[in-house]
Amino acid sequence: MAFYILKRLLLFIPTLLGITLITFILMKSLPGDPVTAMVGERASPETIVRIRSELGLDKPLPVQYGSYLKRIVTGELGRSVFTNRKIADDLIQKFPNTVKLALAAMLFASFLGIGMGVFAAVKRNTNWDRLVTLISVGGISIPVFWLGLALMLIFAFYLQWLPPSGMGNGSLVYLIMPAVTLGTFSLSYIARVTRSSMLESLSQPYVAAARAKGLSESKVVLKHALKNSLIPVVTLIGLDLGSYLNGAVLTETIFGWDGLGRYALEGIKQRDYPVIMGVVLFGAVIFVTMNLLVDISYHFLDPRVRVKEEA
Amino acid sequence: MLNTLSLKDLTGNTPALIAAIVLALLVLVATVGPSLVSYGPDMVDLDNLKQPPSKVHLLGTDSIGRDILSRVVSGSRISLSVGIFASALSLCIGIFFGLVAGYFGGRTDTFLSQVFDVFLAFPSLLLAIGISAVMTPGLFSAMLAITLVGWAGFARLVRGITLSLKEQTYVEASKALGATPARILYKHILPNALPLLLVAGSLRVGGFILLEAALSFLGLGVQPPTPTWGSMISLNRSYINTAPWMVIFPGLAISITVISFNILGDFLRDKLDPRMQV
Repeated sequence: MAFYILKRLLLFIPTLLGITLITFILMKSLPGDPVTAMVGERASPETIVRIRSELGLDKPLPVQYGSYLKRIVTGELGRSVFTNRKIADDLIQKFPNTVKLALAAMLFASFLGIGMGVFAAVKRNTNWDRLVTLISVGGISIPVFWLGLALMLIFAFYLQWLPPSGMGNGSLVYLIMPAVTLGTFSLSYIARVTRSSMLESLSQPYVAAARAKGLSESKVVLKHALKNSLIPVVTLIGLDLGSYLNGAVLTETIFGWDGLGRYALEGIKQRDYPVIMGVVLFGAVIFVTMNLLVDISYHFLDPRVRVKEEA
Repeated sequence: MLNTLSLKDLTGNTPALIAAIVLALLVLVATVGPSLVSYGPDMVDLDNLKQPPSKVHLLGTDSIGRDILSRVVSGSRISLSVGIFASALSLCIGIFFGLVAGYFGGRTDTFLSQVFDVFLAFPSLLLAIGISAVMTPGLFSAMLAITLVGWAGFARLVRGITLSLKEQTYVEASKALGATPARILYKHILPNALPLLLVAGSLRVGGFILLEAALSFLGLGVQPPTPTWGSMISLNRSYINTAPWMVIFPGLAISITVISFNILGDFLRDKLDPRMQV
């Protein structure tokens, strides 16, 4: 079992390297010459040559990649061109906000999504089922930024129940709309997957056996069928959480949430390339790590997977 | 398998039928719409700023007096064409590499699979942002970004199908008869993969359209003054509480388009993919 984890970790490393390589290539494709950006275009040729060699930009590309890797591994992501703050510091400061939003969105999406999925499965082929299916198809079709604006319009401006934007020193009301906006997409997927997974479980022999034993319907559904249906749902939750953690760019922008996503957007607007690349790299690493955790947890959650591996 | 699918199947399923009609209308609007609307998308009318929907301007006007209906109609061209072309392009690239990886196996497969994994390791929006940011924003950068985001998913799918199909007896027979790999791939494996690819493609188009909308919302897609649904929402965002129609209609257009693609994709999957039932 530990061997399996080790194996997955080993496979993880080339992927991580690949991510850094792509980010490096992207950085090297950026328009503009960093040296002239630093010293201005009227600097003397000697200054330009000197700065270029100081920054190591005259070395061959593989060597530059190597030093890039070395810097990244020590957490040195450079400085923002605009604020001149260390990007790593900015990331550390803003990441917890994104985590808060991501967790809230995920809780909303999981509880409601699983509930809806179970409900639809139990009420299969009735109008309730069709309603849930319609809502979930709608949920994955509506653009996140539009949903956020629509919610803001209704709940902040017309009904005035919730504050329109900002983080409000951590008070929970500010979290509600962003979390709902962010979570709706996942909610829809989770509802769909839960429904189909439940339908499959409910058709299994052990369910008929449980009913024959005389167990109440709710016990059959909730205690037995649901537990077994949750495996693909857990995978989905893990993957979506990974994608939320790298900053819900759109949601954070609309609601003025100071997290990774908004940081990335400001970097884009100001063409602050070190920031953009830093967020892309960080986000990808987080995403891949979550995928790895999901893979490993799959191994623990589904005994059939374990047996297949040993075979 | 495709010949078992007929128009009759479509009429039996109401949501899918409505979705198909909506999409057909959308294509119609995108092709001939811009020439039929009474106002050009760029016609500024400074006497009629931020007007709510009325008989003259059916969807209202925006902050510099442009007719929203004609802008939404013009925007449909971009959203549809980017969505469809990017899907088609990433499908083609994905098919090519997926076939190669699945069929030739060995080190080619290991290497290519690793490449797929790396591309799939990036969350879509972030990768699209990264790619668009290094180029001049515009139609080309958006299409390239979306294609690069999408190809690896298709490639992995095709690789899986190829792996399972290449063990079939008819492939072995072809090989014994001296068929080249290209011929086998083209004549035997690809046709059998098509239904699943059609399903996967149609389910992805919606996502690509949303991605294009997100990119133009962020200012990384087609640039103003050309109207795109995403940029219309972002440009008029600050007026949301005074003139919400400027934001509502483009978003509604996006949602309706994507929902139709998704419903149609679901329908195709129910009919063409025996493994999956939702």
